[in-house]
Amino acid sequence: MKVAMLYARVRVEEKLLFEELQRRGVECEMIDVREVSFDLHDMTRWAQYDVVIERCISHSQAEAALSILDMFGVKCVNTYRAAHICGSKLNTTLELIRHGVPSPNVRIASTPEAALETMAAMGGQRPDGRYERPVVLKPAVGSWGRLLAKVNDRDAAEAILEHKDTLGSYHHSIFYIQEFVNKKAGRDIRTFVVGDETIAAISRTSEHWITNTARGGKAEAVRVTPELDRISVAAAKACGGGVLAIDLLERDDGEIVVNEVNYTMEFKNSIAPTGVDIPAKVVDYALGVGSGQIAISTYHMPVSGPVAGAGAR
Amino acid sequence: MATVECTECGAEIEAADNVINGEILPCPSCGAEMEVTSTKPLKVELAPEVREDWGE
Repeated sequence: MKVAMLYARVRVEEKLLFEELQRRGVECEMIDVREVSFDLHDMTRWAQYDVVIERCISHSQAEAALSILDMFGVKCVNTYRAAHICGSKLNTTLELIRHGVPSPNVRIASTPEAALETMAAMGGQRPDGRYERPVVLKPAVGSWGRLLAKVNDRDAAEAILEHKDTLGSYHHSIFYIQEFVNKKAGRDIRTFVVGDETIAAISRTSEHWITNTARGGKAEAVRVTPELDRISVAAAKACGGGVLAIDLLERDDGEIVVNEVNYTMEFKNSIAPTGVDIPAKVVDYALGVGSGQIAISTYHMPVSGPVAGAGAR
Repeated sequence: MATVECTECGAEIEAADNVINGEILPCPSCGAEMEVTSTKPLKVELAPEVREDWGE
């Protein structure tokens, strides 16, 4: 078995995965995606790997690399399909809706003017401009809870939209507007799905409405109930499957909805509270894919050519 | 335990024996994030700033 790990920054997670592979005596080549040049006419270099574990910190670099590897039939964890869906909140929401997985209400607008009216409608704007209920404006691509805006009134909406229109990159020209879910007990839940199993769950609590551990949210173990497992696995399957972290919100009435799905999941803060050896579970899965015991689906129709047969499914 | 000089402030940064390329070492003096570019000999560069598409 020969494994490659694509990275652009070795976080604790990449180190833990690398050490787990080393511990098992699996040959693993660490490949810095920033130094890679994919020769699209000769991909023989990549035929030597039974599986590529994609752990790039940059979504654009990851998506491009996975698209190429997928096209040439190189088996990857996660797949291009998972990256394509999970890397975009719009794509994620579409797949969750398509597969009947509960998620917060979302509307999409493509101009600041349309976004302003959309937020007014979703927020129930009063005559004085204040909203009956907040709405959340999110960048379609982004992570770690960055650039999220909880909007309480029209004045704030106008200011944020003007800033986005003036300062934002093209990613900010599509406005992803989500209902604000008032979190039960001020916490959200993150589950970790590997293949068909929810291997662990944590709650994240913060005094701030953004509860990401990257933003200081405190993690505590949560029991994986049958309901949590069912919705988490359903969300993972809807979003391409593999090794995914599912962010869930619990409404005041107890309904659980899927907020986001992450395909390069970070788990360093979740090993100790859950007691689950998450890197071992991820490596089990990756080696299962590499050996052919676990089937994954391709997005592209693989091309025939120099790497035909490598990673054939 | 190997050590290397911070490229920003010159302080000494320690690295564990199992350090690998691409790993980030925070400078204990100035807080700058240093990226390991070589392990033998140990070399570091100032790590890239967080970009908009970084994350999970």
